[in-house]
Amino acid sequence: MADHAPHSATPESFEVRILRQDGPGQPSYWERHRVNYEPDMNVISVLQKIAARPVTADGKKVTPVAWDCNCLEEVCGACTMVVNGRVRQSCSAIVDRLLEEQPDGIELQPMTKFPVIRDLMVDRSRLFRALTKIQGWVGVDGYYDLGPGPKQSQAAQELRYPLSECMSCGCCLDACPQYGKIELEQREGESEADFERRKSAAYDRSFIGAHAISQVVYFNADPIGKMTAANRLDALTAEGGIQVCGNAQNCVAVCPKSIPLTTSIARAGRAATIHRIKRFFDR
Amino acid sequence: MAKQRVMIIGGGLAGLSAAMKLAELDINVDLMSLTPVKRSHSVCAQGGINSVNEVTRQSGDDEWKHFDDSVYGGDFLQHQPPVKEMAYWAPKIIELLDRLGVPFNRTVEGYLDRRRFGGTLYKRTAFAGATTGQQILYALDEQVRRWTAAGKITKYEFWDFLGPIIDANGVCRGCVGQNLFDMEIRAFPADAVIVASGGPGLIYGRSTMSMACNGSAASRCFQAGAKYGNGEFIQVHPTAIPGADKLRLMSESARGEGGRVWVPRTPQDPRDPRSIPQNERYYFLEERYPKYGNLVPRDIATREIFDICVNEGLSVERDRLCVYLDLTHIARHELDRKLGGILEIYEKFQGIDPREHPMKIFPAVHYSMGGLWANYHRSADGGLEPGSPANQATNINGLYAIGECDYQYHGANRLGANSLLSCIFAGLFVGPCIENHMKSLAGGSAADQPASLYTNAVKHHQDRHDELLRRPGGKENPYLIHQELGDVMTRYATVVRYNNQLHDAYQKVSELHERAKHCSLSDTGQWTNQNVVFTKALLDMFPLAKTIVKGALQRDECRGAHYKPDFEMPGITATDEAGRQKQAEEWCDRFEHNNRTWLKSTIAWWNEEEPVLSYEDVDTSLIPPRPRLYGIVGGEMIEKVWKERQSKKKEAASGHADDNGGHARKTAASVAAN
Repeated sequence: MADHAPHSATPESFEVRILRQDGPGQPSYWERHRVNYEPDMNVISVLQKIAARPVTADGKKVTPVAWDCNCLEEVCGACTMVVNGRVRQSCSAIVDRLLEEQPDGIELQPMTKFPVIRDLMVDRSRLFRALTKIQGWVGVDGYYDLGPGPKQSQAAQELRYPLSECMSCGCCLDACPQYGKIELEQREGESEADFERRKSAAYDRSFIGAHAISQVVYFNADPIGKMTAANRLDALTAEGGIQVCGNAQNCVAVCPKSIPLTTSIARAGRAATIHRIKRFFDR
Repeated sequence: MAKQRVMIIGGGLAGLSAAMKLAELDINVDLMSLTPVKRSHSVCAQGGINSVNEVTRQSGDDEWKHFDDSVYGGDFLQHQPPVKEMAYWAPKIIELLDRLGVPFNRTVEGYLDRRRFGGTLYKRTAFAGATTGQQILYALDEQVRRWTAAGKITKYEFWDFLGPIIDANGVCRGCVGQNLFDMEIRAFPADAVIVASGGPGLIYGRSTMSMACNGSAASRCFQAGAKYGNGEFIQVHPTAIPGADKLRLMSESARGEGGRVWVPRTPQDPRDPRSIPQNERYYFLEERYPKYGNLVPRDIATREIFDICVNEGLSVERDRLCVYLDLTHIARHELDRKLGGILEIYEKFQGIDPREHPMKIFPAVHYSMGGLWANYHRSADGGLEPGSPANQATNINGLYAIGECDYQYHGANRLGANSLLSCIFAGLFVGPCIENHMKSLAGGSAADQPASLYTNAVKHHQDRHDELLRRPGGKENPYLIHQELGDVMTRYATVVRYNNQLHDAYQKVSELHERAKHCSLSDTGQWTNQNVVFTKALLDMFPLAKTIVKGALQRDECRGAHYKPDFEMPGITATDEAGRQKQAEEWCDRFEHNNRTWLKSTIAWWNEEEPVLSYEDVDTSLIPPRPRLYGIVGGEMIEKVWKERQSKKKEAASGHADDNGGHARKTAASVAAN
């Protein structure tokens, strides 16, 4: 299509540099690939091409690069990685745009705040653990037919809807200076279940991150969810809670869904302060 | 007896609703998924979910009409009792989702807002912007997280289902799964296994489906002896954005909110579309289907767009087939409020703002109406018997199928915004059915079975896995074979089908199947080996691909999404009244004759090499089949003749009310009156 093809001459091929790692705890290394240019490519189709013919730019046969993806339309959150130095969804990383920004090639790295499983694939279970910590659900009585929920204004829906678009991709966490990497190793003789418990405990002590703070606002704005708002505010003010936020505002800048994360943090901060005062006087 | 457990394969809308309902019934659940369940393909559903509501009700709508639209839209190929039950549950399901916190769009007064969708004249569809599937999936994911925290559900994410475990008596006692990181293969004893693994879009290479929708779980059950129904019925969505890696869906809600499909009357008119005057635009859906306009059922819209581009040569572009889907006449803030999500997708992937410029779209493979054969227990009122272990059961005792991977709800064509409904309905409804199945289970619980049942099953899959890894390099490349398979399937088994082409396609798919058996791997490691997982999935695409092509080849008729021009019934061509009457009579004769031959479900068995097809009658006792006359030339004349015939039949039947036929009709009538 003429209206979005680059005006400069398109290259016949371009270089892709990938930071690879064979497994957890292993050293990482850069690998260079040369990929033939085609119109309408994105990073996913680049990785698909490399998988189909896993030979480096130097002609060395290698294993295909491991990566995570599913929907390919930026709504599932699976394919997050660092593309040309910026954390984002790789499906919506369009090759024409990337080459315009950086004509000497495309650089792919795994997310930096999560343990690498292999290559571009990382373990984001900590991110989901935070959703458990804040009790990210509406505590309905059950799933029998109990009639409709409460009426809600358009304004209330329009406040909640953008927050509900959070796809747990982790971009906000990767960009956050307060969100440190936690990578634990299973100890000799430690059972799978014990290891899981130790990991969960470590995750619970560390910063929950912007996504989870925003989800507290989301559930506490729901007419049924707000009945248990205090539980979520307890989680929000516990160790690793909202007080860790350093207000760097990187989260909102990288969110692929343009979720108003800093607005959520401000709202959650106010609610948490009032909550703490109330708790103080209730003692 | 040891505590019983249920294993669910797949964590989309169907799997999650089944999991939370079973947990509520105090049943322990394991949930296996290729991806974290929150990333399941249900997130891609955009437009909404259907149910009757107070506003449509007061305009003459009711559950029966929703049921009728679904059956008529599906060209009568689905058994009617499950569809009826689903339509009657629909309003209650939307109320439940509302309580679970789904941020549905609201009216000014605070009620749920609704939009119109294809195949109906009522505004039945509740929606959350244009990301309804995502919002609903999250609400169910949240409930499952709650039960997981309570210890009632255990999730196995990043696990691949390798197959059911079936004992010597033919009872499913669990399944084998493989961890996608450390490649461990292990058995999961279970007293019921529910397959909720979604559609098989990857068989077509590129489609609107996600990468996890490879059909492998359904295929592995099929190869283990489960029947597969109506495989040839594949929905091609009329409006998708072509892409190199995927064909991205552009929701029907774009038309539901007023979007108009058109092409310039001058082929490949080079002007900016916005400067082309109205009288030089061909709004072909509106002209050809004045009643439904842009909201004809999907199979029809798809064929018309195909026809405009392929036969009439009116594609917007010369080198690429596409038509305009135009929203530019609608106010920007309205678009953002109701369609924001999908417009962003277009903008991000095409680099063009669809609020300012008409979108360019073309049909893409989207949904499988066919799937694992599932049973149902008809109740006295023509719906489903609650709690009966027969509901959603495959022919393998203890193995159940729900969601897109079952064949039950959508017949020959699915109506928009019915898929979310069918997934959630089947997931919730199957809960008590599973509970009763487990109560009635003979021979102890899965945990009481001999260990050898499980170790043998694991060994079988471990051997297959090891054999693949040991293969010498340099043979067939699984990724390239997959591309070829996708090309063959897309070219010959989608919108327009011809027998000679389908015959060739079957040969080609068989050849590719043979070649795929000689794939060698580029990764032979034992850690996060995506290469071997993909190769296994690819091998398991062939039984389903063959079933789709063979089913299409054998079915010599046009029904819903299955369209063969050689068997099309032309409209009325005569101009005089007597000639028109005569042709309409002939049309109706042929219609009745065709239904006697082909109003049947295609049922496939797998015999290790080929699918073996047979045909089963469809329960059409609640709504008698009638011609689907959307836009056919002379349709009003055919309808008149058809109605006369029906009333004559009714008179004849009322004279013999004690015979079986009369009884069936009476049941239908009494249900209709409820």
